[in-house]
Amino acid sequence: MKYLDEYRDPVLARRLLDELRKVATAPWTIMEVCGGQTHTIVRQGIDELLPAGIRMIHGPGCPVCVTPLAMVDKAVAIAARPEVTFTSYGDMLRVPGSIGDLIGVKARGGDIRVVYSPLDAVRIAEAHPDRQVVFFAVGFETTAPANAMAVLHAAARGLANFTVLVSHVLVPPAITAILDAPDNEVRGFLAAGHVCAVMGYTEYEPIAARYRVPIVVTGFEPLDLIEGILMTVRQLEEGRAEVENQYARAVRRTGNTAARDAIRQVFTVTDRTWRGIGEIPASGLALAPRYAAYDAERRFAVERVGTGEHPSCVAGDILRGTRLPTDCAAYGTACTPRTPLGAPMVSAEGTCAAFFSAGRHRSTVGSP
Amino acid sequence: MCLGIPGRIVEVSAPDDRPDLRTGVVDFDGIRRAVCLVYTPEAEVGDYVIVHVGVAISRVDEAEAARTLAVIRAIPDALAAELGPDGARL
Amino acid sequence: MELSCPVPRAETERVLLGHGSGGQLMAELLGKVITPGLVAPGPAEDAALVPFGDGQAVLSTDTFVVTPRFFPGGDIGSLAVHGTVNDLAMRGATPVALCLAYVLEEGLPIDELARITASVAVAAHSAGVPVVTGDTKVVGRGAADGIYVTTTGLGAPLPGAEVSAARGRPGDVVLLSGPIGCHGTAILSAREDLGFDSEIRSDSQPLNRLVARMVAAAGPELHALRDPTRGGLASALNELAAASGVGIEIEEAALPVPPPVAAACELLGLDPLHVANEGCLVALVAPPAAGAVLAAMRDGPEAPDARVIGAVTAARAGRVTARTLVGSTRVVDMLVGEQLPRIC
Repeated sequence: MKYLDEYRDPVLARRLLDELRKVATAPWTIMEVCGGQTHTIVRQGIDELLPAGIRMIHGPGCPVCVTPLAMVDKAVAIAARPEVTFTSYGDMLRVPGSIGDLIGVKARGGDIRVVYSPLDAVRIAEAHPDRQVVFFAVGFETTAPANAMAVLHAAARGLANFTVLVSHVLVPPAITAILDAPDNEVRGFLAAGHVCAVMGYTEYEPIAARYRVPIVVTGFEPLDLIEGILMTVRQLEEGRAEVENQYARAVRRTGNTAARDAIRQVFTVTDRTWRGIGEIPASGLALAPRYAAYDAERRFAVERVGTGEHPSCVAGDILRGTRLPTDCAAYGTACTPRTPLGAPMVSAEGTCAAFFSAGRHRSTVGSP
Repeated sequence: MCLGIPGRIVEVSAPDDRPDLRTGVVDFDGIRRAVCLVYTPEAEVGDYVIVHVGVAISRVDEAEAARTLAVIRAIPDALAAELGPDGARL
Repeated sequence: MELSCPVPRAETERVLLGHGSGGQLMAELLGKVITPGLVAPGPAEDAALVPFGDGQAVLSTDTFVVTPRFFPGGDIGSLAVHGTVNDLAMRGATPVALCLAYVLEEGLPIDELARITASVAVAAHSAGVPVVTGDTKVVGRGAADGIYVTTTGLGAPLPGAEVSAARGRPGDVVLLSGPIGCHGTAILSAREDLGFDSEIRSDSQPLNRLVARMVAAAGPELHALRDPTRGGLASALNELAAASGVGIEIEEAALPVPPPVAAACELLGLDPLHVANEGCLVALVAPPAAGAVLAAMRDGPEAPDARVIGAVTAARAGRVTARTLVGSTRVVDMLVGEQLPRIC
């Protein structure tokens, strides 16, 4: 595909890697904060081609993985109601809550439908006025404009049978939380290209300055990622800590104004619990009060049913990058994509699942 | 996170009374889908947009796309220089 | 290890849709619930060899439940014929006769049934196999989804054929007959709920004549065959690697993925290696015969673009690895359960 295939060129990838080897004189730890980037890195084996000292840590970049347990439990409880048609992006269906997952609800007769777009959920609500259609609005800033548009459409059409269960999260507060941790080892960040396509990157400039960390807005193809790593390492080697934009073909400094306006109109910033990390202040989006009529949590008063995470899951350490999946005793044994104990094993972009599907078993890590 | 795929706009339409509510058909190498174009008011037929869950979030800047590739291509190919033109395979 | 409450638990008490998607879940269901006490343990084959008179016959059966029932490049009727004919072919057999059974839902338009049956007839004729017997049952509205079709095939081993999923040997060349992912993508595009539109057609076709040419070219040097249907090429290769106790290495750059298939996979976050096919096959062939087999494959309408995609290794037995586009390697795993479109 145009604008994808050119950025997968093996010859150019090797040139970038050669250049990276020349530039890197010291070991550096870099975090990508985006599940899509994690997926490309692991699926293409890019981390194994990097110079020995360059370590990639896979951050909390999978919105499915960081959706809090209590929210998954609420989704499961709402989806099980007989009057509800529950719509969701496919990757939320297998996320384990403490009382089961959405796939299990479906197998027991729940009306659960995978949609490609939240606007499709609105269409389902229009076509089925007798059903209460709920959309599970998860995601980072990238997904917020689409989810906002669904609410705006529903409001414009006066749909009384459409609500959203909102669990949106924001990237910059998570980066700050990682940098504030006393055991932080991350020296540079790849910022998520599509998050910045919506939000721009001005929010990252004070973070780079305050914490003295380079932040490079990076795309998703192999060449994008290797170039993003190269740009980060160059800054580190030169003692710079700036925000740079590798993904200039899609990202402008101020982002997408129209999309940001819609987010501001529909959502309001809120404190949010991140699964595996805990509560981060002002790190999420909730429905703005004027759209409260579209809030599934209000329409279906759901008691908190869940209890807690599996005790052997080290998701927090993995999402903060202080441990690798292969350091976890449950990884690949009790915890597999088939029987995930924690969120990072669920979505294909979760760090544990990405490692597992690329065959990185504990016994084989480090062997050729 | 956030699968965003570039596709080419092949059709744009909007209700007569709401020219701002633009939708379009976007072609992804042979797969076409209706896409919401409200957030990319500057994008026209023939332009590429990045589409995420049915909504265009950014118009692809062709000049910047070419510039990124040009910068990478300008990096000298050390191995090819050693091996000669036939050795330039990974 | 100790699992104490509260445990986030996966669904284990009910059948999930994912149990039918040809991946790990299905293997689990077969291994734990269905085959024990029913079938002698052995390599998973597409069809069974059974003693028959003085020789052997090959038997295979398959049930088809596709939605939508009509899709670009085929329908549930042609699919039901091709699926069973191909399963026989994957055991090195030529089809002799087919049995056809319908489960019909009350309310199915007769006209649709007539079109599907006509399609069965055309497909059977073009594969050169007669439909010799069958059965029809009707269930109440809501008890089935329109129509389910079961075909059972009787086959005769091709002279010289010694094809089994367990015969892959280190050094074997891995051949693929054609582009991957077309069937799954055509079905996805034909499903209204995703809103996709494309011209891509299912690759559904009979492979019996292709296999006959391959057997004629290589005899027993043609070691193993698999048609990568549900679960895609990744599952087919993993099944061959497991049944033969060998490793398989493929070259990602060598895989023929048509642009619309690649695009659909990008949009939905799917792996083309997991997308279903209904008209291609993967073969493990001893190196001396590989050239002749490849030539025989290309010498016909089913596989003009047949190609080498990898090799069988002694190392990493039971595993499939791919050399990635940028020159690294990764393990190619089976699909876990149902393929779900994802956003991230």
